[in-house]
Amino acid sequence: MGRKLLLEKAHVEGIRYFDTYRREGGYRSVEKALKTMGPDDVTEEVKKSGLRGRGGAGFPTGMKWSFLAKPEGVPRHLVVNADESEPGTFKDRYLMEFIPHLLIEGVIVASYALGSNTSYIYIRGEYAWIVDILEQAIQEAHNNGFLGKNILGSGFDCDIHVQRGAGAYICGEETALIESLEGKRGNPRIKPPFPAVKGAWDRPTVVNNVESIAAVVPIINEGGEEYAKIGVGKSTGTKLISACGNINKPGVYEIDMTISVEEFIYSDEWCGGIAKGKRLKACIPGGSSVPILPANLLLKTAKGEQRMMNYESLADGGFQTGTMMGSGGFIVFDEDQCVVKHTYTLARFYRHESCGQCSPCREGTGWMEKLLLRLDKGQGKMSDIDLLWDIQSRIEGNTICPLGDAAAWPVAAAIRHFRDEFEWHITNAAEAQV
Amino acid sequence: MVQFSQENLLKVDKIIARYPEGRQKSALIPLLHLAQEQYGWLSVETMDYVASLLSIDPIEVYEVASFYSMYNLKPIGKYMFEVCQTGPCMINGSDDIIEYIGEKLNIKPGETTADGLFTLKTVECLGACGYAPMMQMGKFYKEHLTKEKVDAIIEECRAKAN
Ligand SMILES: NC(=O)C1=CN([C@@H]2O[C@H](COP(=O)(O)OP(=O)(O)OC[C@H]3O[C@@H](n4cnc5c(N)ncnc54)[C@H](O)[C@@H]3O)[C@@H](O)[C@H]2O)C=CC1
Ligand SMILES: Cc1cc2nc3c(=O)[nH]c(=O)nc-3n(C[C@H](O)[C@H](O)[C@H](O)COP(=O)(O)O)c2cc1C
Ligand code: SF4
Ligand code: FES
Repeated sequence: MGRKLLLEKAHVEGIRYFDTYRREGGYRSVEKALKTMGPDDVTEEVKKSGLRGRGGAGFPTGMKWSFLAKPEGVPRHLVVNADESEPGTFKDRYLMEFIPHLLIEGVIVASYALGSNTSYIYIRGEYAWIVDILEQAIQEAHNNGFLGKNILGSGFDCDIHVQRGAGAYICGEETALIESLEGKRGNPRIKPPFPAVKGAWDRPTVVNNVESIAAVVPIINEGGEEYAKIGVGKSTGTKLISACGNINKPGVYEIDMTISVEEFIYSDEWCGGIAKGKRLKACIPGGSSVPILPANLLLKTAKGEQRMMNYESLADGGFQTGTMMGSGGFIVFDEDQCVVKHTYTLARFYRHESCGQCSPCREGTGWMEKLLLRLDKGQGKMSDIDLLWDIQSRIEGNTICPLGDAAAWPVAAAIRHFRDEFEWHITNAAEAQV
Repeated sequence: MVQFSQENLLKVDKIIARYPEGRQKSALIPLLHLAQEQYGWLSVETMDYVASLLSIDPIEVYEVASFYSMYNLKPIGKYMFEVCQTGPCMINGSDDIIEYIGEKLNIKPGETTADGLFTLKTVECLGACGYAPMMQMGKFYKEHLTKEKVDAIIEECRAKAN
């Protein structure tokens, strides 16, 4: 049984409310940080913890904080990314829904470290009922002196506002999120400058995922070094994984990154095996944007080693034979699932969500969707597979934001590992027509 | 004439106060939500009204309203079923659910029933993939959908509407 740092108390009766949360040891990290540490000490602990951004890119959180520009007289902001829209990902929702005060506590400590007196939580518009849960938690924290002016007599002021999006996957990309926060369409900006230098209203801004900010609480409570002892290598601490697809026990799990993929799928503690006694065919372990892997490469790396549930091991073999931890959206497919059809639904998703600023992404996603639909319906030609490959290869690296890559990678991986299935769709349909 | 309710007008001031001075345009997305809650959809008059409240050009509002999928630019039914059709829901039978609702209500995705009660819409991943198939109905999610569950939901809506 691995250690739980975030969800340990998530099912204590009444934990959604301040009194229970506080009784269970909540808000200790705020007391510790504001009373005994300076802002830079907090950042230092986060650096020591080795925490990597849980939104998907895995950028070291402490390093990002230390890059925050601090020009005299210019306000800075923390913006929490709760846009969670990557297919297969529903971990942030779970955390906010069941243990909202953990996020609020993390926001207060992080805001103190960054010098943000007004922080925002940007949440996807569809999570409307969670907005109420968060606003209630914020109100309770205010009433108990953990938000507002001069928190715990430290001289630090902080307010948190929840901002709802309105249905746009692209607004999870941090610069699109900032545009949206400013009341505009979610068109990503060119980076650099990174938000840490020029973000919301041109002010220095740190954008962090919900889970990253929640992880700051145990890091401060236990110390960065203690946190770093959990996990392996550069995969420190615990990670939330949202598991779905053809498994017996879909849900959100907190793992300590020392277990194998095989254990995660088959153990009753986690996914509980493939549903209906079927066999495992493939898996997308890190949200829809990361490469799909067939069962053999998922369970063992190309070198024949056990594949583990951590950043390094999932990425072992690069895109040829590996994949990525990404957002932790773990999608499992049984033997009955059709990779061509699945890839089509993803292509449709990315076409729908492209903001349209860059032509390779705007046009490419449209073309991929059309070709995949044709293939799925059995109306494709052999040359369509190469055409599809060609289109995806022209998107990657040629766009303003990584949505273009995110649309290209799943298509590339599907062709790389399941080309025979694409061919089958074509030959079988041709035979059926004779 | 379009006009926020007294209650909503109070909210408007509070929302604008969340942002830095002179950056009231940032309140646009929340105000459009508020307007949609009050009117059910966003007409040109409603958008113009929101523009005037924020002292911005109407085009700035149209641009935003048309970008985000949650804004309804035409009237919808009293109840909107937004069924997720993305991969994880698809492999758990969302296609069947969409077809079933369509047959039962005799409408296609994107359409509204003649009595104005129901709209069916297909949407992309709503962050409920582990509880698939699912749909959004107003503020809440209906998860682990089955045909029986859909029947019950439709009955309940009809009963409430009468
Ligand atoms: N959670 C979800 O629902 C989704 C997650 N994703 C993930 O998003 C990832 C891509 O995200 P990006 O933000 O484009 O990646 P990125 O690598 O550009 O940035 C990661 C973070 O590090 C910061 N950063 C990087 N270099 C920096 C520097 N020199 N100075 C200051 N800050 C710096 C960025 O501002 C950002 O906050 C993908 O890998 C994907 O897994 C994608 C879609 C949805
Ligand atoms: C298309 C796209 C969508 C994204 N969606 C999300 C998201 O929903 N949630 C999230 O935390 N990060 C998302 N990201 C990553 C953010 O840009 C950013 O890296 C992240 O919020 C930084 O937080 P972290 O360092 O704590 O991970 C997305 C990136 C891209 C390119
Ligand atoms: S890659 Fe796609 S989503 Fe990203 S900025 Fe370009 S067009 Fe928009
Ligand atoms: S795929 Fe339907 S909610 Fe995620």
